[in-house]
Amino acid sequence: MAKVLVLVEHDAASGSVKKASLELLTLARRLGDPAAVWFGAGSTAALTVLGEYGASTVYVADGDDVKAHPVVPMVDVLSALVAELSPAAVIVPSSADGKEVAGRLAVRTGSGVITDAVDIDASGVATQSVFGGSTVVHSKVTSGTPIYTVRSNSVAPEPAPTTCTAQTVSTEVSAVAKTATVVERTVASKGGRPELTEAAVVVSGGRGVGGSEGFSVIEKLADSLGAAVGASRAATDAGWYPHQYQVGQTGKTVSPQLYIANGISGAIQHRAGMQTSKMVVAVNKDAEAPIFELADFGVVGDLFEVVPQLTDEIEKRAN
Amino acid sequence: MKIAVCVKQVPDTWAEKTLREQDSTLDRESPDGVLNELDEYAVEEALQIAEAHGGEVTVVSMGPARAAETVRKALSMGADAGIHIQDDVLHGSDAIATSAVLAAALADKGFDLIIFGSESTDARMSVIPAMVAERLGVAQLTFAQRVSIAGTDVTIERVTDYGFDTITAAMPAVVSVVEKINEPRYPSFKGIMAAKKKPVETLAVADLGLDAASVGQAAAWSAVEDFAARPPKPAGTIVSDDGDGGARIASYLTEQKFI
Ligand SMILES: Cc1cc2nc3c(=O)[nH]c(=O)nc-3n(C[C@H](O)[C@H](O)[C@H](O)COP(=O)(O)OP(=O)(O)OC[C@H]3O[C@@H](n4cnc5c(N)ncnc54)[C@H](O)[C@@H]3O)c2cc1C
Ligand SMILES: Nc1ncnc2c1ncn2[C@@H]1O[C@H](COP(=O)(O)O)[C@@H](O)[C@H]1O
Repeated sequence: MAKVLVLVEHDAASGSVKKASLELLTLARRLGDPAAVWFGAGSTAALTVLGEYGASTVYVADGDDVKAHPVVPMVDVLSALVAELSPAAVIVPSSADGKEVAGRLAVRTGSGVITDAVDIDASGVATQSVFGGSTVVHSKVTSGTPIYTVRSNSVAPEPAPTTCTAQTVSTEVSAVAKTATVVERTVASKGGRPELTEAAVVVSGGRGVGGSEGFSVIEKLADSLGAAVGASRAATDAGWYPHQYQVGQTGKTVSPQLYIANGISGAIQHRAGMQTSKMVVAVNKDAEAPIFELADFGVVGDLFEVVPQLTDEIEKRAN
Repeated sequence: MKIAVCVKQVPDTWAEKTLREQDSTLDRESPDGVLNELDEYAVEEALQIAEAHGGEVTVVSMGPARAAETVRKALSMGADAGIHIQDDVLHGSDAIATSAVLAAALADKGFDLIIFGSESTDARMSVIPAMVAERLGVAQLTFAQRVSIAGTDVTIERVTDYGFDTITAAMPAVVSVVEKINEPRYPSFKGIMAAKKKPVETLAVADLGLDAASVGQAAAWSAVEDFAARPPKPAGTIVSDDGDGGARIASYLTEQKFI
């Protein structure tokens, strides 16, 4: 069976494989034999989980050049693997890095690329949700090795245990990869909550939260549900919440089981980042707020009354 | 310094976007066309760099005849000259072909910096800047929230999932910018008047030395099989808070098995 290459992401600090990568391995099994591609250190500790989700091989690229230069080393490694293995497909996450890797790999290998897929079937047809979720498109790559970027939370990870063996690959990078160099990595504090793009539940706050103190109400609700916290651009621009939590067109795209929008009007740019959430709950003072058009359940009211009551109720019911 | 800015005309942000029945391509005729709002930040950054370090800004856009409005808009903000690649054979081009066309228009012109927006609001792929960098074989400095120039080096802060990376390269380089980077200026009356006299070169695919058969829908390396409007979501339950709003959400979430 032809291999399907899956670019696996792992948390730089803990080394743990991201849940989104297990989702990609699950999808890859529909197209062939999944093989993980791992950049950086820590692959040995991940063999068990990669095997559990069906990867028979992990190709490991761990070298200084891979870390020192952005994006292109991953393209170098993947294109060499594509040439060597003629895989049935390459699947990468729909992150900023992932999309750029996919785009360059497509140019380099003469392959078509489909970005932001939410599903891929056994014949390679990808499903995309476009124009703010208003249109569902099915498309297929017609040239070269199909390359897909897939949004997190698109499928549920399903185990398919096998034994995963590691294979080291060359980390010699191209001259073009060396044209740009990472001189410093600045890591914003992460906190103990689940990662925004992976969380099953996201609780977001907008301008209606009124200030950084107001976000403690949002955080308490999030913690009662084990959720990630998100914010609208109005809130991040005002400095009430850090930028990396912005949801929307120019922030993160999230697709959780449940999205709770508090004090967010639902501007088109915000919706672009959360429209594929499976269920939306909204709290807003203004009955006319466009967010209610998306809401499965909405409360017209003051979030400072509704949200603390909701948090209390959740804690009561959980006990 | 010679700076290029790539801008795209897209359907107005608020317009309903639809695919055409006959060929599954985006309907670019019916809605108003606007300068992709994320590209305004690219134009602004180019102008600021040219103002601070000296230089000339050329706007580059591939699109149908009416995309000329978008080139003019960037010129009215202050760019010096425009290149508009317009050719009927381009209709239905995928990102692969678009990047080939832009790269062909940019190659050999001696640009030190080629600045892009981070995403077009219609295609939403965020791949064109990386693809153009790949084709030109120059440094890729994308998703910049800050750009600084020192001599022949350019340094950016690339927004990442966990914070930002500081990345540096010698020019020439491809840069893409995110919306946090600056506040785009509005064209002044003087700017609008001046734009009318600025040179815009209109090029066809053959002028770029590209084969017409390598672009357009027939040459695309991916194809739409079918599409459908998502069935409208059934209207949700919206209630007013009578002092029990939080509890009502909790009941709903219990019903839906979230609690
Ligand atoms: C290029 C570009 C990119 C953008 N990218 C993004 C993006 O990625 N993400 C994003 O979110 N936005 C983005 N925007 C901004 C977007 O257009 C909106 O301005 C923004 O989403 C508004 O945020 P908001 O809903 O929090 O604020 P507002 O629109 O001001 O809405 C606040 C809401 O809170 C309600 N409210 C106020 N007080 C209370 C209270 N006590 N209780 C309950 N409700 C209350 C109000 O009724 C109102 O509906 C972008 C804009 C541009 C131009
Ligand atoms: N047809 C085009 N003409 C000029 N620039 C473009 C075109 N399409 C995309 N771009 C540039 O590439 C960026 C990313 O676009 P995309 O990859 O389509 O999301 C945009 O912000 C523009 O700067």
